[in-house]
Amino acid sequence: MSLENTPVITARNLDLTFETNDGPIHALKDVSLDIGKGDFVSFIGPSGCGKTTFLRCIAGLETPTAGEITVNGMTPDEARRARAYGYVFQAAGLYPWRTIGGNIRLPLEIMGYSKADQNERVNRVLDLVDLGGFDRKFPWQLSGGMQQRASIARALAFDADILLMDEPFGALDEIVRDHLNEQLLQLWARTEKTIGFVTHSIPEAVYLSTKIVVMSPRPGRISDVIDSPLPRERPLDIRDSPEFIEIAHRVRDGLRAGHIDD
Amino acid sequence: MRSILPVLTVVAAILVLWCIAVVPMNMHLVADQAQRDDLVVAPDTPGARQELSGLGLSLRNAHLIPLTYTFKRPRLPSPHQVAGELYATTVEKKITSKRSLVYHGWVTLEPTLLGFVIGTALGIMLAIGIVYSRVMDRSVMPWAIVSQTIPILALAPMIIVVLGSMGIQGLFPKSIIAAYLSFFPVVVGMVKGLRSPSAMQLDLMRTYNASGYQVLMGLRLPASTPYLFASLKIGIAASIIGTIVAELPTGAKAGFGARMLVGDQYGQPLVSWAALFAAAITAACLVGVVALIERVLLRQMGMKPA
Amino acid sequence: MMYIVAGFLIWGLGWWLNIRLANGPASDTPAMQIVIPVIFGVTSLLMWELWVIGFDVKPVFLPRPTEIAARLVSELPTLWADFKQTILKGALGGYVIGGFAAFGVAILADRSEFLTRGVLPVGSFMAALPIVGIAPIFVKWFGSDWESKAAVVTVMVFFPILVNTVAGLRDTTTMQRDLMRTYGAGYWPTLFKLRLPAALPFIFNGLKIATTLALIGAIVAEFFGSPTVGMGFRISTSFGVLALDLVWAEIVIAALTGSLFYGAVTLIERGMTFWHPSQR
Repeated sequence: MSLENTPVITARNLDLTFETNDGPIHALKDVSLDIGKGDFVSFIGPSGCGKTTFLRCIAGLETPTAGEITVNGMTPDEARRARAYGYVFQAAGLYPWRTIGGNIRLPLEIMGYSKADQNERVNRVLDLVDLGGFDRKFPWQLSGGMQQRASIARALAFDADILLMDEPFGALDEIVRDHLNEQLLQLWARTEKTIGFVTHSIPEAVYLSTKIVVMSPRPGRISDVIDSPLPRERPLDIRDSPEFIEIAHRVRDGLRAGHIDD
Repeated sequence: MRSILPVLTVVAAILVLWCIAVVPMNMHLVADQAQRDDLVVAPDTPGARQELSGLGLSLRNAHLIPLTYTFKRPRLPSPHQVAGELYATTVEKKITSKRSLVYHGWVTLEPTLLGFVIGTALGIMLAIGIVYSRVMDRSVMPWAIVSQTIPILALAPMIIVVLGSMGIQGLFPKSIIAAYLSFFPVVVGMVKGLRSPSAMQLDLMRTYNASGYQVLMGLRLPASTPYLFASLKIGIAASIIGTIVAELPTGAKAGFGARMLVGDQYGQPLVSWAALFAAAITAACLVGVVALIERVLLRQMGMKPA
Repeated sequence: MMYIVAGFLIWGLGWWLNIRLANGPASDTPAMQIVIPVIFGVTSLLMWELWVIGFDVKPVFLPRPTEIAARLVSELPTLWADFKQTILKGALGGYVIGGFAAFGVAILADRSEFLTRGVLPVGSFMAALPIVGIAPIFVKWFGSDWESKAAVVTVMVFFPILVNTVAGLRDTTTMQRDLMRTYGAGYWPTLFKLRLPAALPFIFNGLKIATTLALIGAIVAEFFGSPTVGMGFRISTSFGVLALDLVWAEIVIAALTGSLFYGAVTLIERGMTFWHPSQR
């Protein structure tokens, strides 16, 4: 259901094996996927299914042992140097010695933006995540939800067209999480970014995504890809609609199927 | 285990640097001696040689370089000279001999260990007092913390002299210093350790209606073990350093400190260096033994070092 | 006899007062946290004063606090000269040189994982050794003036600062490092923007340990030869003539200096690592 169907991320037959002290771990097996421009793709599955590993492969933080992956027609490493990604981790991971503004400025400093440009961008993304006026606060003076919003702002500050989020709301309580989900959708609508989103919550995946990738463990692989028929405009109560419940069912079935061969 | 190779590399690098330093450090002395032995030396007057740096002189007298490693009274002895002296004074000498480092080692070790045990015992007792008594916490604890910033070690020789003039000699004065130096690290570490149980763990004991003594034995003391050992390692190192410093300028006749000074005063640098290394090895062994006990004990208790 | 009883009574009174204060309602106020230890300290000094009189202890064994204070005032110029020689030249000189040297070596060693794994155990091993024993050797090498003291201090403070800096530079989380990688940040941006700030609490820990070591090194080294000025020199010569009050005056100066030096480093630490959980 994406606006255009030019794939920005293409993975073909990815394989990744980690060598550990307890022998090799087959983290990814034969993973192939196309992600189109402007897609919101969720990766869902039990722990060990390789969803985080796949996200890290896209970002060039891991190197697949076999297969091919391109981002905007480049290798992930090249794309990283071309500043194609904003990455949001499970925890906010803000540097405690920098203010909120300073944290958002960090990637801009490293990438050599001018001072004036930095200030302009910091203010813009802070407004975008509803944190206007908090730029001089230190991270520990903010609540967990606000910290996570700041870390999203940090990922939005430079013009990356791909946003990769690794269980960004996993550590937050459900009320805060609902609120942030809603905001994230609005943000996505406004910025038209391509988003890769790792989660283990079925409602979250269904509520947010245009495409849901269900994964299963040992070895990590894709067991189902669901294109969501839901409209891009989604109020929170869409979660009570029959369509929503039907997709959620399909995701749950996919997850269960992955578990049967344990 | 994977750090063995890196450690050996660093140690080897230090040894190489040492060996290189031996040449310029000793060259002036060697050149003077060589001239007396009718060897060719350039330049040939001591005054002209003083003008040159050790390095410059070494470059002009490359043929003398081997002699710098075997010189009898070097400014900086070579590693093998120190090792040889160490071997000669530990293995080859009878341990009753006044020149045996084993004998001098025991003279230093005995007050160290005695003081360490006394200091540790008193430290634990004061820590328990501080944790259980609000007054002691408020009035004594600040002083215990401040006292760690005071260079007490530098005053060790004075304490020996004062006690000596009061007629107290032998083992006891040095033990007091060793005890004093291990006392405060133990107090501060133990207070931290005794307070380390969480509010939840303490509340659990309260639901059992446990007495103060039962909480101490059942929860606080076991929980403080990792902190105690962290302090013990600092304390034992401080104790032996204290004993050695106490022996240094006080005219002590035996002990590592006395040996270091004897070598210095009678122009036998090898004796000083051997004593210095023997002291270092002994200190390392003491810390090593404490660390070993820590490891075994904590593993049995299923805990991790603090 | 009266003095002894009086000393005991005063100390007991102070203790009783402290019990009241410590268990009282205001015991957690910042003022009380200073008042209580001060009462303990002052009454202890008073007991010392009165017991020395009461037991008739000769001044060559233990002078009274008032005698020490009087010496402190009357010998101020001498004490100041000693302070300049020992603290400002010997201890501070060595502290600064040793600190910079350790920091430089730590940055170099940090570039290689292999070296780091070697430097850490060797450095912490060295930090536990009686390095002060090199004092007589260094006095011989560098002469009896402050240069030899600074050299002893340099070696003594080197290892604790080295070990803490190296350990601190390693103390970043995988997530923090991955974040820098997603920005395509190289070695220098990562060092300046992530690893050095993260290492600051460790570095200050090393700097604090080193303050006391610096004073010890500078004073002890003077026992093996010095010009006719310096705290160590004054302590050992005053002992020779049994001027114990002057010795104690120097001890008071050394104690005050040690606490102030440590306090100063702690203040700088608080300013620079205000963000660390231990400081909040």
